[in-house]
Amino acid sequence: MMARWIILLAFLCAWTAPAHAHKASDSYLTLNVQQERIDGQWDIALRDLEMAVGIDANGDAALTWDEVRARHGAIAAYAMARLKLASDGKACRLRVSEQLIDSHTDGAYSVLRLQGACDAPVTALAVDYSLLFDIDPQHKGLLRLTHGSVTSAAIFAPDARQQTLTVAEPARWRQFADYVRHGVWHIWIGFDHILFLLSLLLPAVLVRSKGEWQGRDTLKASAMDVLKIVTAFTLAHSLTLTLAVLGALSLPSRLVESAIAASVVLAALNNLWPLVHRWRALVAFVFGLIHGFGFASVLADLGLPQGALVLSLVGFNVGVELGQLAIVAVFLPLAYGLRHSVFYRRVVMTGGSVCIALIALVWLTERAFDLQLLA
Amino acid sequence: MASKIATLFFFAFACTLGTASAAPYIPASGAQVLERLPGGASPMRRDLQRLRTALDANPGNLELATMLAQRYIEQSRRDGDPRYLGYAQAALAPWWAQPQPPPQVAVLRATLRQSTHQFGAALADLDNVLKQDSGNSQAWLTRATVQLVIGDFAGARASCMRLYSRAPELVIQACLSSVGSVSGQAGDSYERLRQAYAARPESDPGIRAWVATLLGEMAARLGRGAAAETHFREALALDASDSYLLGAYADFLLDAGRAQDVVRLLKDKASADALLLRYAIALKTAGMPEAARATADLTARFDAARLRRDSVHQREEARYELALRGNAAAAVRLAKLNWAVQKEPADLRILAEAAAASKDPEARALVRAWLERSRIEDATIASTVARLEAKA
Repeated sequence: MMARWIILLAFLCAWTAPAHAHKASDSYLTLNVQQERIDGQWDIALRDLEMAVGIDANGDAALTWDEVRARHGAIAAYAMARLKLASDGKACRLRVSEQLIDSHTDGAYSVLRLQGACDAPVTALAVDYSLLFDIDPQHKGLLRLTHGSVTSAAIFAPDARQQTLTVAEPARWRQFADYVRHGVWHIWIGFDHILFLLSLLLPAVLVRSKGEWQGRDTLKASAMDVLKIVTAFTLAHSLTLTLAVLGALSLPSRLVESAIAASVVLAALNNLWPLVHRWRALVAFVFGLIHGFGFASVLADLGLPQGALVLSLVGFNVGVELGQLAIVAVFLPLAYGLRHSVFYRRVVMTGGSVCIALIALVWLTERAFDLQLLA
Repeated sequence: MASKIATLFFFAFACTLGTASAAPYIPASGAQVLERLPGGASPMRRDLQRLRTALDANPGNLELATMLAQRYIEQSRRDGDPRYLGYAQAALAPWWAQPQPPPQVAVLRATLRQSTHQFGAALADLDNVLKQDSGNSQAWLTRATVQLVIGDFAGARASCMRLYSRAPELVIQACLSSVGSVSGQAGDSYERLRQAYAARPESDPGIRAWVATLLGEMAARLGRGAAAETHFREALALDASDSYLLGAYADFLLDAGRAQDVVRLLKDKASADALLLRYAIALKTAGMPEAARATADLTARFDAARLRRDSVHQREEARYELALRGNAAAAVRLAKLNWAVQKEPADLRILAEAAAASKDPEARALVRAWLERSRIEDATIASTVARLEAKA
């Protein structure tokens, strides 16, 4: 009885296993540098190793673990002769400590665990890679070098066999700065986010009394209101942005874009027929969750460096917040200065909200029904 | 009973671990098969191995090297497996870096460069060969193919003409019709090639399979579904495993709303990305639950290609973004990048579809300009363009 279960499940496993892709040859090399010590892992396709050192002892075109194991010595010797590390002009020692198996999209790989050391703490690692180039000149070696939380990458090809990677910080800061810039830029060109924020901010310098808007007494009270709204919006969109980027949550982009447009319509209408004046921070939070998905799709389009995912995520988020702060910094003094005027209450607040609601309504229709209303 | 259920869960759990590329492991048993080599026990694999061993013993042997390279290129085209292209390049290593290698090598180098979309370099190689040997029919045919891919129809037609009295008539007609079929003479080109094909039943089966595939594609573009079906079936009878043919036939079936047939056709052939793409689209169209899995596999493959900075599959990736992920913005970005490189009907089609979905004005303008310039006739592109213009 038991045996039958196992057979059935083994069959199921085979059935759900992904079809192995046909793909150009790559090896995946990870090196981790700590002071003078280097450890790492090198994944090399069994199919490539068969070409290089011969694994299929009985010639049946099926590579078993026994056949691979019997060639461990040859595999290690072959690989070690084709990877040279040096620091400060002096060669580092490197050896294979263990060989395991893993699978990638195109099949099974031998995983070589590496251990090594250089003479002194490494500041720049010179890597000389020549695996498989004689057998397959289209082969590439994909290196990921980690040092603490810093990751750098390099691609080795026949015309790029020797590369030196600095084990230092600046690249990381530049990467971070790049994503900050992307974040600022996205808020700046993302009118829907700006209009949503403005809709919620417009009444921040006013109070509602007896069905009428009146200017707030102090800048402090207005600033507190703004602070609450911006904080709530930020918390919410950071949350969903992070979850979406990490792949924990995802929503169809059309739904997200439509919901963002709807949030702008509702926020603007709320200024005309106030339902939730005191609870706008909560509104900012709830709808902010949706805006986070919008940011995430932008970030996905930009492409994220897998090794520095968190860093670029934080960078992008910081950029978005800086962009928001810039808007607030312009808005608050102006609005506060004008708050007692009829111009502010009628033209800016009422007229502005009407305009925002109309624009967002057009977006909503376009996005929800996949139409183009405005050229 | 309880322990049985527990075991069941354990194995189900082990299944998910095994498939989700878990941590590196040591196989439980020495007899466990970890990898099956492509080609299995077929004579093809042994043949290639034998040739390779012979060449290793004598790497400077031009005849042996070009024969092996040619066999590898052929194998790569059939299986859709790019590793063979690398092996082909390795066989040509002694001559690869030469500015003017022997003509046989230059033609093969051009073919390999074409396969990695280095069209300019490929044409330079071919022009070099033809300067020395204007009677090299393979060079003229390859030149016509490259020119067709980059949309140089006048050049391609001129190259085909140079085949006269140097190549079999069916090959010449296939060359000319391939050009005419996408540049304003679709009906005529199809009819001529159909007649040439019918008149030459004794031709090489490889050539007949290729021509039948071309006829299927031409008939499909003309909207003649029944004729296309017949041609594709004939081609499949001649060669049931050619990955280009399978892809073309799958596209035809998808357009005809026969997703279930595509699922059956490609079920065991998802190794090539281009075929997995069509398989996943068919599963999704048919509303089958396996669609999610196939799409996830495809995502992993595109991720792997991106890691090595491959841009050879932008056409497929654009289609994947549009049809499977519903990301019109990414699709149109990729389709435009791809369009800058190649201009076959499939490239125009994904550009038009991505333009319609994303409303990207630049893509729309590119499509419009090309339709005007090339005068291509294609039933499915025409309906997409009608949608595109209606929205404009």
